[in-house]
Amino acid sequence: MKAAAQLVDLHKHYYLAGGTVRALNGVDITFPEGDFVAIMGSSGSGKSTLLNVLGGLDRPTSGQYILAGQDVSELSDDELSYARNQLIGFVFQSYNLITQYTVLENIEVPLLYRPGAPSISASDRERCLELADLVGLSDRLDHRPFQLSGGQQQRVAVARSLVNNPAILLADEPTGNLDSKTADEIMDLFVRLNGEGRTIIMVTHENDIAAYAHRQIHMKDGVVAGEGVFKG
Amino acid sequence: MSFFRFFRTVHLALKSILLHKLRSGLTMLGIVFGVFSVIAMLAIGEGASEQAQQQVLQLGATNIIVRSVKPPLESSGSNNRVNIYGLLRSDFQLLSENIPTLVNAIPIRESTMEFRNKHHTLNGRLVGCTADYAGVNHLKTRNGRFIDDRDQETMANVCVLGADVADILFPLEQPVGKAVQVNARFYKIIGVSQRRVSTSAIGSALAGQDFNKDIYIPIKTFQVRLGDLIIQRQQGTMTAEKVELNQITLQVGNPDDVMATADVVRETIDRNHKEQKDVDIIVPLELLRQAEQIRQIFNVVLGSIAAISLVVGGIGIMNIMLATVTERTREIGIRRALGARQRDITVQFLTETIVLTGTGGVIGIVMGLTTPYAFDGLQYVVQNFILSGSNATSEVGRIFSDMHPKIAYWSLPLAFGISVGIGIIFGLYPARAAARLDPIEALRHE
Ligand SMILES: Nc1ncnc2c1ncn2[C@@H]1O[C@H](COP(=O)(O)OP(=O)(O)O)[C@@H](O)[C@H]1O
Ligand SMILES: [Mg+2]
Repeated sequence: MKAAAQLVDLHKHYYLAGGTVRALNGVDITFPEGDFVAIMGSSGSGKSTLLNVLGGLDRPTSGQYILAGQDVSELSDDELSYARNQLIGFVFQSYNLITQYTVLENIEVPLLYRPGAPSISASDRERCLELADLVGLSDRLDHRPFQLSGGQQQRVAVARSLVNNPAILLADEPTGNLDSKTADEIMDLFVRLNGEGRTIIMVTHENDIAAYAHRQIHMKDGVVAGEGVFKG
Repeated sequence: MSFFRFFRTVHLALKSILLHKLRSGLTMLGIVFGVFSVIAMLAIGEGASEQAQQQVLQLGATNIIVRSVKPPLESSGSNNRVNIYGLLRSDFQLLSENIPTLVNAIPIRESTMEFRNKHHTLNGRLVGCTADYAGVNHLKTRNGRFIDDRDQETMANVCVLGADVADILFPLEQPVGKAVQVNARFYKIIGVSQRRVSTSAIGSALAGQDFNKDIYIPIKTFQVRLGDLIIQRQQGTMTAEKVELNQITLQVGNPDDVMATADVVRETIDRNHKEQKDVDIIVPLELLRQAEQIRQIFNVVLGSIAAISLVVGGIGIMNIMLATVTERTREIGIRRALGARQRDITVQFLTETIVLTGTGGVIGIVMGLTTPYAFDGLQYVVQNFILSGSNATSEVGRIFSDMHPKIAYWSLPLAFGISVGIGIIFGLYPARAAARLDPIEALRHE
């Protein structure tokens, strides 16, 4: 099976006045295509740092990160932006919608940064509407984020992450701010997207959320402490 | 950048700007007033320059006007004495015969008189002149002809009426062929001149001239019939003046020779009028240059004020944009995470600044366009409510009411360009600061 992403002896160190923080201290993980992984571990174990490197937002101090056959550490800032735009979809704990935009406009944001910045075509618009429908927000297109519940906002974020049809979906505690019922709805959405072949890497510290994934990777002090496969 | 992309970028910028309407509006004010003052300043300058040019054209750019001026009355008791002053026929002789650059020299004698036709009367200027007077002063006849050399030689009792004189004294008749009474004498009318715009006064050097209330007669006739001594009785006092010529208008053939010729004229006159300062020399071209100089100084001063206002406006905008960048750090992080390059962020914030200053510029331009009207209104208020009755400020009022701002149309694109330029200059730093933010730090920003 081909790897969607691969980490080889990955380090991320922060050099502070008080000493060096080894947020990632030699991580080796391979994510095959179609994987659905939950990354778990206590606070400060390096989960977010790992996800940021995977998402091309951060560069490793050393080691290799191979994304779609390319070593990310060698990419320029513009190329990394391209990767974030085309290869990766992001879902954040705090939704991170743009407040002055409507639901539809928020879903369209990644389209603004496509290579060559083509204008938004009728088929683009149709895709956005389909995604809004997929996450069940067809009747809220003109709403602004503050007019939506947390669950609805997160669903907008999911739709937005999918608009450029990325191979990998990254989610950092996507249900952290949601009640368990809405969390389950989001997870159902993830299961469905994974069923369509999308690779999903998700950080969580909740067992019942992690249970939706195919496998669980446990982090501790910047290294992989263990890996398990359990179905809640 | 394609049109759609440009349109979209501007549209998104507008959306962000409209999010804080009051703040954006206040931020714009500096640019609005800066641009407004640029346009108003240039309009005032343009109006002044056009006026100066018109004045000079009316007076003739190649003319040199030599005028008799009444010297300041010496102490007391001079009321009963005959006041002898001014240009002499010998001056005319000297000037007209010894300066080769001249193509025309016209001796002029003038006096204010009462004109009469039956019961119609009018006070106007009786002007003794030569045939060339009409050409030099751009006078055309609408009926009959102007006085000619033969009238001069024969000292004919003929005259040409100004347009107002003809219309007022002969409201229903054709005046040519009839006679008009000036003081006690009659002159045969041989022509009526076309209406001509009056020349405006130039400072204190030269009073404005209303050619339409003139009657022209041959200067020889003037000399013979009225003489050099003119006695006028007004409210019990009597003034007697002996003046040979009131004015000599000299016309130079080549415009390049005007200044040099003026120097020669000045020397000649100074040599022959040592005793009293009773002759003034007015060179319209010189006045034009002076006016241009004054206008340039004016432009520099007002331009500096406008520039300062624009820079202050620009700094205000930069300040607000820096605050905006801080406030929207999270949004910048989100956009970066979703694939925006540094360049995209730069363009976004730069566009917002430019849209802001550009809009301010357009508002300033619209305000600037109203300058001429605003000025008219202001003049009305000043003249009717502030200056009424007060003499001390009347000079200020006169200068003020002489101002007729005229929009310099090239200043509109210039002003718009400046406001966009301010947006670029003062927007670039905040935009670059936004683009350089670390995406992760930005996302973590509260
Ligand atoms: N920008 C940074 N500068 C310094 N230390 C950091 C930075 N980001 C993260 N760390 C440190 O790295 C470690 C891992 O952090 P993080 O990946 O956020 O943990 P988690 O998401 O698992 O809670 C923590 O000790 C954190 O303090
Ligand atoms: Mg974390």
